[in-house]
Amino acid sequence: MRIDLNEIQHWIKQDSCILDLGCGDGTLLKFLIDTKQVKGYGLEIDSEQINLCIDKGLNVIEQNLDRGLGNFADNSFDTVLMTQALQTLHFPHKVLEEMLRVGKECIVTFPNFGHWKARYYLATRGRMPVSDLLPYEWYNTPNIHFCTFNDFEVLCREMKIKVIHREVVNEVSGQFLKDVMPNLFGETAIYHLSK
Amino acid sequence: MSNPLPTPSVGSLNSVVASASVGIVTPQIIHFREPLLLACGRTLQNYQLVYETYGVLNVNHSNAVLICHALSGHHHAAGFHSATDKRPGWWDAYIGPGKPIDTNKFFVVSLNNIGGCHGSTGPTSINPETGKVWGPDFPKLRVRDWVATQARLADALGVNTWAAVIGGSLGGMQAMRWALEYPARVRHCVVIASALKLSAQNIAFNETARQAIMSDPNFKEGRYLELNTLPRDGLAVARMIGHITYLSDFAMGEKFGRDLRKGSFDLGSDAPVEFQIESYLRHQGDTFANSFDANSYLLITKALDYFDLAREYGDDAVAAFKLAQAKFLVISFTTDWRFAPERSHEIVNALIGANKAVTYAEIESQFGHDAFLLPDQRYQQVFARYLNGVSESCV
Repeated sequence: MRIDLNEIQHWIKQDSCILDLGCGDGTLLKFLIDTKQVKGYGLEIDSEQINLCIDKGLNVIEQNLDRGLGNFADNSFDTVLMTQALQTLHFPHKVLEEMLRVGKECIVTFPNFGHWKARYYLATRGRMPVSDLLPYEWYNTPNIHFCTFNDFEVLCREMKIKVIHREVVNEVSGQFLKDVMPNLFGETAIYHLSK
Repeated sequence: MSNPLPTPSVGSLNSVVASASVGIVTPQIIHFREPLLLACGRTLQNYQLVYETYGVLNVNHSNAVLICHALSGHHHAAGFHSATDKRPGWWDAYIGPGKPIDTNKFFVVSLNNIGGCHGSTGPTSINPETGKVWGPDFPKLRVRDWVATQARLADALGVNTWAAVIGGSLGGMQAMRWALEYPARVRHCVVIASALKLSAQNIAFNETARQAIMSDPNFKEGRYLELNTLPRDGLAVARMIGHITYLSDFAMGEKFGRDLRKGSFDLGSDAPVEFQIESYLRHQGDTFANSFDANSYLLITKALDYFDLAREYGDDAVAAFKLAQAKFLVISFTTDWRFAPERSHEIVNALIGANKAVTYAEIESQFGHDAFLLPDQRYQQVFARYLNGVSESCV
């Protein structure tokens, strides 16, 4: 399982009610159902991923996050999750606001565009970074709203979002350096948020 | 954690479409002598249902699936009635060995509802009290009446709990009503291209169709059979109106465009012009008028109009669905404007509000409401994979 997904389980309560935005193939939701007996729904728009969720017997709803969460009531979930989807949204801040309305707590993970590899790539080649972590060209990437950890911290302050926990995880390298200089050496951020 | 299953290739899916049929099937008739109190307050003293079954009921009777038909549907959903039969049942693309409703796994039951005109008791049957054809005197029906008779059929077939109750359009309304009326008897509820209730526009189309029938001089206030006539023209127009609303603008344009069947626009030509679409609609109308009963059409469209899942639950669909125990699969089609995706969203949102298990897929299709009957790769995938999970729970 992806390393950020592994970390998330520590912040999920037993038997809680979960909404997973951009749930992909449902790996995380299935894991949380099996280990924490959570109940919940996953939202996804990719038809192949939806099929894989159906194979796992999950409650998957075909819904575009950019159209909002207007169909979900205030505080109707214990935790609203969104892993590695923030940067694909047209209006990330609006979805974040919606997540905090629908969920008592939220967990968001996203890739750090301030990682040294991205900076080095842009600085030396003068071209948009393409790496093993972010393998797309600028014109075909689904990641349209990149941010750094620091950018996200600023957004949280501006939106008066409370950060309960923040964690930085690295899949590839820099296990020590990420804790010293997360915005330069961290690959993936995991934020645990509330209103 | 389990690895995801390999994705079936396009090739294997096409072979699913072309895979074996259930073969030749024989409709069966079952008589019910216990009176049935209908929602309208009247009682049907006895009645019969015509139905077909495909596949084999397992030892624990846990693999039975009920198919609920829509406005013009009937019991013949799959297979052929004879070796010379040109067309298979109306949902043959989805019912059969290796198909989404896999008859190698499920025992499939498909019936003609009462009030219909394909063999179950309806307006063309004899009223035992008068010895004459029921005609317009046949009791008005509601969706719940159909569900009640389907429950009796289940009893007779030894099915205590359906693995799934499945329906498209009006059939989806029956499936949802099942989940509320007999919560313990439905494990999965599959609701396709349906709605919690009809919109005003939908009722308007139905009323226009009914007016077409009733204004046919041969309608004779519904007593046409006693007078040895048929309101064919009215019924044909009713079907034409319905048919237009089942197709999308795109589908009609693709299939017919402005192609001419006969005549010409050439200067000096006085040949009467007939567009392909005109000829097609007339053919559909005429065929339907020869195979469907006008009183049945009136009765069934009224049942559609009256249906409102949440009415008796304080108009609160969330409160209604709280009674359900089934898991739900809801499917809609992007260009369906008769039962638009928004109607399915209402179903899904109410189910989520009621904390019920639900999966929802919105299938990209160009074929309007009719899409629920037509082969479509993604629709088949979603349907087959969901029902595969259902069959694994049939122990």
